[in-house]
Amino acid sequence: MSAVTTAAVPAPRLGFGASLRHGLTLTRRSLLKIKANPEEVIGLTIQPIMFVALFVFIFGQALAGSWQEYRDFALPGIIVQTVVFATMGTGLSLNSDIEKGIFDRFRSLPIARSAPLVGAVLGDLVRYTLSVLVITVIGVVIGFRLESLPGTVAAVALILVFAFALCWMSALVGLMARSIMGVQMFAMTLMFPLTFGSSIFVAADKMPSWLRPVIEVNPITHLTDAVRSLIAGGFPVSHIVTTLVWSAVFFAVFFPLAVWRYKRRT
Amino acid sequence: MSHAIQAEGLVKRFGETKALDGVDLTARTGTVLGVLGPNGAGKTTAVRVLATLLRPDAGHATVGGYDVVRQSFEVRQLIGLTGQYAAVDEQLTGVENLMMIGRLLGLRGREARRRAESLLERFRLADAGGRRTSTYSGGMRRRLDLAASLVGRPTVLYLDEPTTGLDPHSRNELWDIVRDLIGDGVTVLLTTQYLEEADQLADDIAVIDHGKVIARGTPDELKVQLGGQVLDVRPADRADLPAVAKVVAAVTGAEPVTAELAVQAPVTDSAMLAAVVRGLDEQGVAVGELALRKPSLDEVFLALTGSPAEDTPGDTKNETMEGAA
Repeated sequence: MSAVTTAAVPAPRLGFGASLRHGLTLTRRSLLKIKANPEEVIGLTIQPIMFVALFVFIFGQALAGSWQEYRDFALPGIIVQTVVFATMGTGLSLNSDIEKGIFDRFRSLPIARSAPLVGAVLGDLVRYTLSVLVITVIGVVIGFRLESLPGTVAAVALILVFAFALCWMSALVGLMARSIMGVQMFAMTLMFPLTFGSSIFVAADKMPSWLRPVIEVNPITHLTDAVRSLIAGGFPVSHIVTTLVWSAVFFAVFFPLAVWRYKRRT
Repeated sequence: MSHAIQAEGLVKRFGETKALDGVDLTARTGTVLGVLGPNGAGKTTAVRVLATLLRPDAGHATVGGYDVVRQSFEVRQLIGLTGQYAAVDEQLTGVENLMMIGRLLGLRGREARRRAESLLERFRLADAGGRRTSTYSGGMRRRLDLAASLVGRPTVLYLDEPTTGLDPHSRNELWDIVRDLIGDGVTVLLTTQYLEEADQLADDIAVIDHGKVIARGTPDELKVQLGGQVLDVRPADRADLPAVAKVVAAVTGAEPVTAELAVQAPVTDSAMLAAVVRGLDEQGVAVGELALRKPSLDEVFLALTGSPAEDTPGDTKNETMEGAA
């Protein structure tokens, strides 16, 4: 091999441009994986489709009087739930990269340290968007009406902001767990109470009174209520602001922790 | 620069265990340094330190003159790393894997593709380049992994147990590839548990056990270090084995090893050969074969570590799996 790369002068530190380029290259990797495995995105949406079927058609009548009414209530929540569950994929894919040694390869290259994390997260945002689209289309097929198109776009954007913040928690778990199983265990024990203990399936005012404070403080309740109202053409300022504040808090806590953990991962 | 890799007094602890306990390693530029040792000896830890993936707790190391801790970015521009587990993305094709690395290293789309294709060609993967790597055999994956570590034209290459778990055919293929690379002037640090591999590929060998280098030198020097040569006497008649052992013991002053059909003992003086011949003649023993040879690296390893080295590649994979479970 030629000695072209033997730089006699110290190489300049990586600027923002180079770091971004490295991050985008690894985003492309995530997208190639979606292309290679479209069933993975479909897999992500099978559970929500089950939830739609189960709740709307089986429980709907009992919960809301008619399945159509419950469909209109629950569908925005099921979109939220889908994406919240999907954030766990970030942790799973990081964990699998570490286990397979792909991370070691990246870390031995002269590239931005942040690139593997950025690539994983940006790629996952695309994945989240796809799963939102799939569930929304299914909703429309069974008669769900998107009253306001700008409102729907805003709702999707809000979901993605929240998912972007939450996926850093998933990343942290993925970087810390010893195995894929560990990540899954953690995800399940956290995600079920978080989504069912929100206004996704049952409105807060129909919950037992002792539980209500918990439901009302759950960020997913605020996100769900905001999405519901936005799609219906409203502009629920307080829910939107609360969701954004929660997103900022998640990001501020978990992003530095994930990066710290990533840097000292050995 | 005469030494591409120079490490002094490397220490790395994981909790209670000292994975590295003061390791010195040097690799002359353009040569192969074989780091030989059993499972858990600290070989991989040493590679990870030299590849900037781990910070040593003590000691320091330079690669191409750059400090692995303070100038890790510069070091990464020089090195290529092929790990124990083939680190390729199973969901991408061979071409996609190599193009991804090329892009990360600043090649534009078309250059990245050309580089990927020429490497696939070189490693006889051209036909499989468009297939997902999850369909590759173990040997193909190792070759792709090695190709991936060469995209950036490294001048220092780490091969961490490149043939562990491979069948003999794939192992020979990989050896040929490594010999080719050496011809290109790359400095190679090769870790292995197989003596044969170190003997075949390395210019210098460092034997490492329990985080310490317990012997170093060229393969020939290591063989000499074990008291020179081994005398091998095979009587024409098996029944004479005890008589032969007696003569050999009397001449060499060492306790000879009686193998199935032959008696073996280390000799320090070549005049002993003549003495043994005379002794056997006096006893009237007919000799089938009599040879003075260098000890095998197996014998060296046994003498150095007190435990026999692994020599069947197939077995160790299972041991590793069990050890991990």
